[in-house]
Amino acid sequence: MRLNERSILKKIWGLIVNNDITKYVGLLPFLIFVTLFLILPSANLFLGAFRDQNQQFTLDNIKVLLNPYIQKSFIISFQVSIITSLVGGVFGFLVAYSITLGKAPHWLRRFLTIFSGLAANFGGVPLAFMYISTLGRTGFVTALLKNICFGPPEARSCPFDLYENGFNLYSMSGLVLAYTYFLFPMMVLTITPALEGMKKEWREAAENLGANSFQYWTKVGIPVLWPSILASMILLFSSSFGAFATAQALTGGSIYLVPIVIGQQIRGDVLNNPNEGYALAFAMVVVMAIAILLYTVLQKKTVKWTSST
Amino acid sequence: MKKKSANFWSYFWGFSALLYFTLPLYGTLDFSLRMKKGEISLMAYQVVLSDPKFLESFRYSIVMGLITVTISILLFVPTVYWTYLKVPKFRPILEVISILPFIIPTIVFVFGLIRTFSRPPLLMTLTPLKTDVLMVAGYIVLTMPYMFRSIDVGMKSIDVKTLTEAAQSLGANWIQVLLEIIFPGVKLAIISGALISFALVIGELILGDFLVRPALGAYMVLVGRSRAYEPAALSIMSYAITWLVLGFFLIVSNGGKTKTYWVGKG
Repeated sequence: MRLNERSILKKIWGLIVNNDITKYVGLLPFLIFVTLFLILPSANLFLGAFRDQNQQFTLDNIKVLLNPYIQKSFIISFQVSIITSLVGGVFGFLVAYSITLGKAPHWLRRFLTIFSGLAANFGGVPLAFMYISTLGRTGFVTALLKNICFGPPEARSCPFDLYENGFNLYSMSGLVLAYTYFLFPMMVLTITPALEGMKKEWREAAENLGANSFQYWTKVGIPVLWPSILASMILLFSSSFGAFATAQALTGGSIYLVPIVIGQQIRGDVLNNPNEGYALAFAMVVVMAIAILLYTVLQKKTVKWTSST
Repeated sequence: MKKKSANFWSYFWGFSALLYFTLPLYGTLDFSLRMKKGEISLMAYQVVLSDPKFLESFRYSIVMGLITVTISILLFVPTVYWTYLKVPKFRPILEVISILPFIIPTIVFVFGLIRTFSRPPLLMTLTPLKTDVLMVAGYIVLTMPYMFRSIDVGMKSIDVKTLTEAAQSLGANWIQVLLEIIFPGVKLAIISGALISFALVIGELILGDFLVRPALGAYMVLVGRSRAYEPAALSIMSYAITWLVLGFFLIVSNGGKTKTYWVGKG
């Protein structure tokens, strides 16, 4: 059975007719557009994930997840996403703290807020180029650090010669550095409202009761903030997990992240089975859906206490 | 004493962030000026700007961005308006639909788009024109979360029902209500959504690359594979464009208290 867009439209039409038709008629252009260009393509992939070459229902395609090549790509993707969301999350939190509750000067706060808004929206190919120009083999910072040398000419040691010391931009550490460029600003932007919601009185009350800074954070600050921190980090995770362009441009596709493998599958069926490609795409969406669901649940928790105060 | 140490760490993390932002930017700028051996020159920029392929793809992406933004405004403003006015219970569904592009990664979405529209009965990838229609549709979907959110925030801030009833009691028809009351009322929200969407379309790689259209993103990848200095110049230029667009956006949105930061462009 081939998925037919007419049957879907018919169903939606049926729903509309059963309700008060005049009420829904204004939504029709939007619904038709979304059905045709979002629902239908997605449904095509997801139904394909559970069909064999003869269009019969099967669960065999899910076995693609047992393929060692695919498993490795999921492991690498998870590693990169978890590391980047931790690095970006912790760094972003500390930056957000210093520009909200901390004592950073006004101009620095303003500058970092604007830069965060900008950098969180900056990515893709230009970002990869920026890192190549900066930390590539002939990059600006690479050259700068390379010339910091100690000792006599015959036994000179250059401890900051990155590429002599095993660093490679076109590797996982390069990806982590590049992703952090847009992930930590995203953390700054998403965690700032929660930090601004921390009442001064809480701290004063704690101090009046004899608590020190450490006790305040472990007993009040972190318990109040953790849903927001976790929610923001999950957002970073999903952003990193779905990213394609930066990785493709930076490593030329030599690191097999899941999105890179899907890209190869689009260009030329590397799995030798189109339906397994669909199953792979489906698995990726499942990961993303779980992440966004967790984010939403945690975010609701946050909204509860910020709105009650 | 305690105050002082808090101060130190605030400065430390603040300046670390500053460095993280500016160092790659400075490195790229420096690199982009060194195409001529031994001197600082704008040669890399001149080479890029005089490359007909660059001009073609730049023009293409700008036209695509403008078409995308126009259609998506015409599509979303009436939809959100109608939802507020007639079917408020549809709003949660609309919200879920609008964040689907965050849950479905771009590469997966483009995968589905190509598999659906590159074969009958919906074959659209044979002629450039039809492919461009598909590209615009794809861009509208990819920017939908930003557009929807901006318009939704704007619509929430005006009393849609009262305004509509007042206008109608004065004899205005639907078109007049939309064009003369609603659009001006949510103008700022529309502009901010449009600017972010436009910037995203200009920098988008996956759609143009996989549908083999001459978009700017695909051109950049091509240049990145074969040249050294030109990509740096392109990065600086695209950073400048993002600055301009988003700087304008910050001014328009009055201080930039926006909540639409779910960025999954990578």
